[in-house]
Amino acid sequence: MTDAALTVNPAEPKPRVGQSPMRRAWLILSRDKAAIGAFVVLMVIVLACLAAPLYAKYVAKSDPFRSNLSGSIEIDGKAEKIMQASTTGLGLGVTPIGPTWHGQYMLGADNQGRDVAARLLYGGRNSLLISSAATLICLVLAATIGISAGFFGGWVDMVLSRILEVLWAFPVYLLAISLSIVLLSQTIVLGPIEISSGSLALPIVIIGIIFVPYIARPVRGRVLSLRESEFVLAARGLGIPRWRILIKDILPNVTTTLIVYIPIMMALNIVTESALSFLSIGVQPPEASWGTIIQDGQGLLYTRPMVALAPGIAIVLTVLALNVLGDSVRDALDPRTKMR
Amino acid sequence: MEKSANAPLLDVQGLSVSFATDRGRVKAIDDVSFRVEKGEILSIVGESGSGKSVTLLSLLGLNDPKTTFVDGSVAFQGKRLLELPDRALRRLRGKEIGLISQDPMTALTPVYTIGWQIAEQIRTHENVSKKAARLRAVELLASVGLPNPNEAVDRYPHQLSGGMRQRAVIAMALSCSPSLLVADEPTTALDVTVQAQVLDLLLKLRDEFGSAIILITHDMGVVAEVADRVHVMYAGRMVEKGTTTEVFDQPMHPYSWGLMASIPPLFGEKPARLPSISGMPPTPQQAPTGCGFAPRCRFARPECEARPPTRRDGDHSALCVLDGAERAAARRAVLGHEVDA
Amino acid sequence: MIFFATPGSDPAARIAGRNAAQETVQAIRKDFGFDKPLPVQYAIMMKKLFVTRDLTSFVNRGLEVVPQVMRAAPITLSLVFGAAVLWVFGSIAVGVLAAMYRDTVIDKGLMILALIGVSMPVFWLGELMNLVSQSRFHDTWLFSWVPGLGYKPFFDGPWMWFKTLVIPWFTLAALYIGIYGRVLRANLVEAYQEDYVRTARAKGLSPGRVMLRHALRMSMIPFVTMFGLDFGVLVGGAALLTEVVFGLNGVGRLTYQAMLNLDLPMILATVMYASFFVVVTNAIVDIIYVVIDPRVRGH
Repeated sequence: MTDAALTVNPAEPKPRVGQSPMRRAWLILSRDKAAIGAFVVLMVIVLACLAAPLYAKYVAKSDPFRSNLSGSIEIDGKAEKIMQASTTGLGLGVTPIGPTWHGQYMLGADNQGRDVAARLLYGGRNSLLISSAATLICLVLAATIGISAGFFGGWVDMVLSRILEVLWAFPVYLLAISLSIVLLSQTIVLGPIEISSGSLALPIVIIGIIFVPYIARPVRGRVLSLRESEFVLAARGLGIPRWRILIKDILPNVTTTLIVYIPIMMALNIVTESALSFLSIGVQPPEASWGTIIQDGQGLLYTRPMVALAPGIAIVLTVLALNVLGDSVRDALDPRTKMR
Repeated sequence: MEKSANAPLLDVQGLSVSFATDRGRVKAIDDVSFRVEKGEILSIVGESGSGKSVTLLSLLGLNDPKTTFVDGSVAFQGKRLLELPDRALRRLRGKEIGLISQDPMTALTPVYTIGWQIAEQIRTHENVSKKAARLRAVELLASVGLPNPNEAVDRYPHQLSGGMRQRAVIAMALSCSPSLLVADEPTTALDVTVQAQVLDLLLKLRDEFGSAIILITHDMGVVAEVADRVHVMYAGRMVEKGTTTEVFDQPMHPYSWGLMASIPPLFGEKPARLPSISGMPPTPQQAPTGCGFAPRCRFARPECEARPPTRRDGDHSALCVLDGAERAAARRAVLGHEVDA
Repeated sequence: MIFFATPGSDPAARIAGRNAAQETVQAIRKDFGFDKPLPVQYAIMMKKLFVTRDLTSFVNRGLEVVPQVMRAAPITLSLVFGAAVLWVFGSIAVGVLAAMYRDTVIDKGLMILALIGVSMPVFWLGELMNLVSQSRFHDTWLFSWVPGLGYKPFFDGPWMWFKTLVIPWFTLAALYIGIYGRVLRANLVEAYQEDYVRTARAKGLSPGRVMLRHALRMSMIPFVTMFGLDFGVLVGGAALLTEVVFGLNGVGRLTYQAMLNLDLPMILATVMYASFFVVVTNAIVDIIYVVIDPRVRGH
């Protein structure tokens, strides 16, 4: 079809002449109801997690990191033990208090007698922190590798591509697990920096590394096609130095590609973090994350399901919002999908 | 509707097509009327974006109904196509109206053999056995001049050259002996020598099968060679209609003059540079309410802000304020003396 | 391999496991030829894995490794095969329906469901399923048929095998139905812009035939590539989380346990097994490719 009238998708907003792609994407996003909704949901979750200390202090009135096996709270004038005698089975042992739907122990307690709602917010901080930091690491690494491989070509490309292929061939989860196990078993000393095995830096680094090939490869492809594109060839013909072409022409284009990945990577990282923590090789106690809380709740699944359900719902909401946002950002920025 | 004997094969009246965008509707085709008689070749000429393809796709109901709004009336063999339910329209598509796409490289599904794809169409419209459909496919391939049709039926599209593929596409369009063939720039994607062969083939097939052909093109040479009548489209409107001789000898619209002037002369001295029409055609959303060509027209005047009137000269007509002697003078200014003889 | 490459450690000591006696380490060093050059080491290792099959795990006090992998393999295969059947048919249904009813409520609803499927951590969904089917609604007619967690071999009773696996199948498939359904819809919508679909419609074919025989048929080519990658990785042990949640002692779990214990021979065996399946699925995908895409067959 050569007729422009046919290739112009009528559903697409018509960009005004002279708008930068970023600005145009921003305009499209600001009109996208799904994207706005997802963004609002995300902001609410982030703000709630940031307010975790306030919640613990003023609403939950307990320290979510200290076990509280013998305490009791007052509900509607009645004193209730936090660890209640089991009513099921042989009646031995104790069951933590269920959801009270009041300020204290709103979602009940875990098997240490800790306030699940407060832990959920604290855990969310770690989950979000890990996923954002890992995304940052991943994008920086992937951009560096992908751009170097694509722009310099030759043996640099050969070596980097081989390394990526080896990493790619290894199943992501097994790679993460083996990295975790190797790294968690010892304290790592990198010059002046010492990373203890309980540090949050470990899951951040591990998750940051494992997805690098998934992004570096498309970045490399993008750079390769840009390098051969008319405007770069023209720039080279004019004798513009390579570093200038890199900064002026290639970097802005790659940035668009990278931005598309941010929400998707964040979503993926939250799920990965929770999986590692669920296998107790991610976030280490006493720190909490949504994954560790689900794991805490596994033993209480049939008696106090809320302990495992609540963090799961938090994950699903966050990841869903990120994915919706990711779809919208991609549609707004990716010139390929614009033609649809 | 009654089918009267002297009714044209296809009669399009006041066809308008608009697309839904988030800034409201955008008109791609504005009040287009034309008719096609049995067995004739009508050529629709215009540059990219003038709405030629949109016109044809909306005749066939191939536009996306969710975003496309079609108005007007289209009568084909007395049936009103735009009001026809999907099922009935499907029975016409492929059977009575065949489509030849512009790019033979992409027009065939790559995973099926040529023969399979032709047989699929035959069996959709006629109750014949697989074997019979295959035999018909071989015959069709032979009639469009594919060498070795017995072997070609079992070839996949990627195994044929561009010209061969276009022949296969034409064979498929002809498979149910349609009374109307719609060819959307059938030669644009082909080499020049192959172009000529395909055009000859179309002419030959028109004589053999008696199908009328609507030929969309932007190539004036193609038009001059095969068309009986020519309609010139610009910015969603048909700016000039007439027989090939009329349009080539006495073009009425300034845009047509531009087109004529851009054809390299066959005789005499070759100009150093062919004249071109300056500027770009408007996109559907910025099309002016008045004459669409006015911004690029040397003879534009205040009246062009309003919708241009239709000037007639027998069956030959154009959408332009210019008329009579004034038009003749302006035309001479553009084209010189040679066509005005 | 990471475990060999970890610097500053003696492979013999690693194989012996943590807190192993010095004699054991010596014996292993001799047995595996760690005093010999690398290619010899490799040859000895491969011989122990495939020929004599007597590679033993020292962490687990002399348990032979190969039979363990052989016991775990059918469990993982059963889990992944069943889930794969579900996800192939499920995602085709989702993708085709959504593309056919593009921009309608059906499309939007399906895409939201698919996105939820993509967003749920599989282990959490598994726990949710357990909660519903094993505890909360186990005594109702809906889930009273669900047996306890764990794997029952197919040859001990196919029906029981089926019942233990139904819920794990759905759990594992949910994510993939989501991913594949979304990708397939996008591919189909894209295919609808293609000339060959326009040709198919101009031929007067019914919308269903255009969708299935032309658009879907073409979209199956990238689909198969994706499927091959995911299937190979899952059979190779990536179904770990599902296995853990449903108490299925498959290869994923075996690999995971081995890694936790730094049980090198076992890791070696499972990684070998995994690579075997990745290679096999790649080969199968290549064959399917030749069948479904005439363009790769050559002229």
